[in-house]
Amino acid sequence: MVASPSLSVRHARIVFGDRVVAGGLTLDFPGGRTTCLLGRSGVGKTSLLRWLAGLLPGSGRGQPTAYMAQRDLLLPWLDLQDNVLLGYRLRGDRAALRAATPRARTLLAEVGLGDRSGDLPETLSAGMRQRAALARTLCEDRPIVLMDEPFAHLDAVTRLELQDLAARLLAGRTVVLVTHDPLEALRMGHQVRVLSGSPFAVGPAIEPLGAVPRDPADPVLLGLQGRLIAELRNTPSDPPGSAP
Amino acid sequence: MRPLITAVGLLLAWELLTWATGVPVYILPPPSRVAAVLVERFDLLIEQAAWTAAEMVLGLALGLVLGATLAVVFAASAGWRRWALPLVIISQAIPVIAIAPLLVLWLGYGMASKVAMAALVIFFPVVSALYDGLRRTDPGWIDLAQTMDASPRAMLLQIRLPAALPAFASGARIAAAVAPIGAVIGEWVGASAGLGFLMTQSLARGQTPLAFAALVLLCLLGLALYHATDWAARRLVPWQSPQGE
Repeated sequence: MVASPSLSVRHARIVFGDRVVAGGLTLDFPGGRTTCLLGRSGVGKTSLLRWLAGLLPGSGRGQPTAYMAQRDLLLPWLDLQDNVLLGYRLRGDRAALRAATPRARTLLAEVGLGDRSGDLPETLSAGMRQRAALARTLCEDRPIVLMDEPFAHLDAVTRLELQDLAARLLAGRTVVLVTHDPLEALRMGHQVRVLSGSPFAVGPAIEPLGAVPRDPADPVLLGLQGRLIAELRNTPSDPPGSAP
Repeated sequence: MRPLITAVGLLLAWELLTWATGVPVYILPPPSRVAAVLVERFDLLIEQAAWTAAEMVLGLALGLVLGATLAVVFAASAGWRRWALPLVIISQAIPVIAIAPLLVLWLGYGMASKVAMAALVIFFPVVSALYDGLRRTDPGWIDLAQTMDASPRAMLLQIRLPAALPAFASGARIAAAVAPIGAVIGEWVGASAGLGFLMTQSLARGQTPLAFAALVLLCLLGLALYHATDWAARRLVPWQSPQGE
């Protein structure tokens, strides 16, 4: 894989509905690393990610990105392999589709679904579906991966397993992962940045030691988690002006 | 099992009622008499039923194709939607029974006018259900397809259309339930064959049991059409309703 580029935001104004989520935002995401954006619900994490993905008006998407949302968004009428290859099917490039098919199989095997490639999504558990969504995201083979609370719906153990899997498979890519879970941010992120306020401000980069995925039982990590929770509690959960 | 017991109970009550009141056969024939006519005139009845069944099936097919095409055109093009959607709605404001004589006048006493009538009755539920489904695609799927650089055409054909198939299937079920209405109205107004035609003819001649026998077959035809459509709809949409919160 070619070295993944860094991602830069310069003087961005992000608007969601009538609300200015961020104004004059300047932010850099280092290439080939995972940056976790941590913040309470409603702070504008998803808006920032959608802006980066080119899904909001006024966001000129510079580089091609792969997007993974909180819901798996698997299409119920396609089997797993066709779901993983969705991007190639939508772009209608037959040669690229043929070329990508072996990789889709490999990726399904890597997320532990190698024997399920012909099954419809509804036959799978929530954890398996999210693993298939991860395979689809990686199959796009884009240098920048945007993830919006991709494991929020899963039970605690499944979430930890998927974090390990994702960290391993995402190594070397430029990843922006949005989450409200401090432990997830600390396990997955080469750097963690806290979003707070309205319009939000981005806190300084926190760079825990050690390689990702980090051990959730590490006392240093747990200490950091306590500090982050305290920091999040000091920020208002709702944007000022909205109903309490 | 329960519906069967209810049906047998009702038939028995009907038989007893006709026997107890001594109502003339040409007003209300007992079920036993209707059953006897069903057997005696089986050849005639089956011949007419086949004719009506052909009208229903052709009308349903035509209505489904027309309805689906219009819904896709409306979803794909705002221009067409603005110009043609009001016309579609106006066409539904005219009671179909009021245009039936006109259709017979234009298309003749044969099958064409009944097929047109059935298609006219069913195409609106189909357009409305499918167009609605096409408008309500899960926004998450749209976002995902956009990040994958899907063209508007790919978005429509590969995401929005399959996502709308469950809605189309419910439209098709409604269509199958009302298709017999269109065909039979057409036969009442003017026809040379069919169960509706047989009913008007036999009632005019006081052969009420034959009219009832035709009615029984009409009912069976309607049920068969509905269940066949339901079966096909399940085959078409093997997955459950689209995911969503």
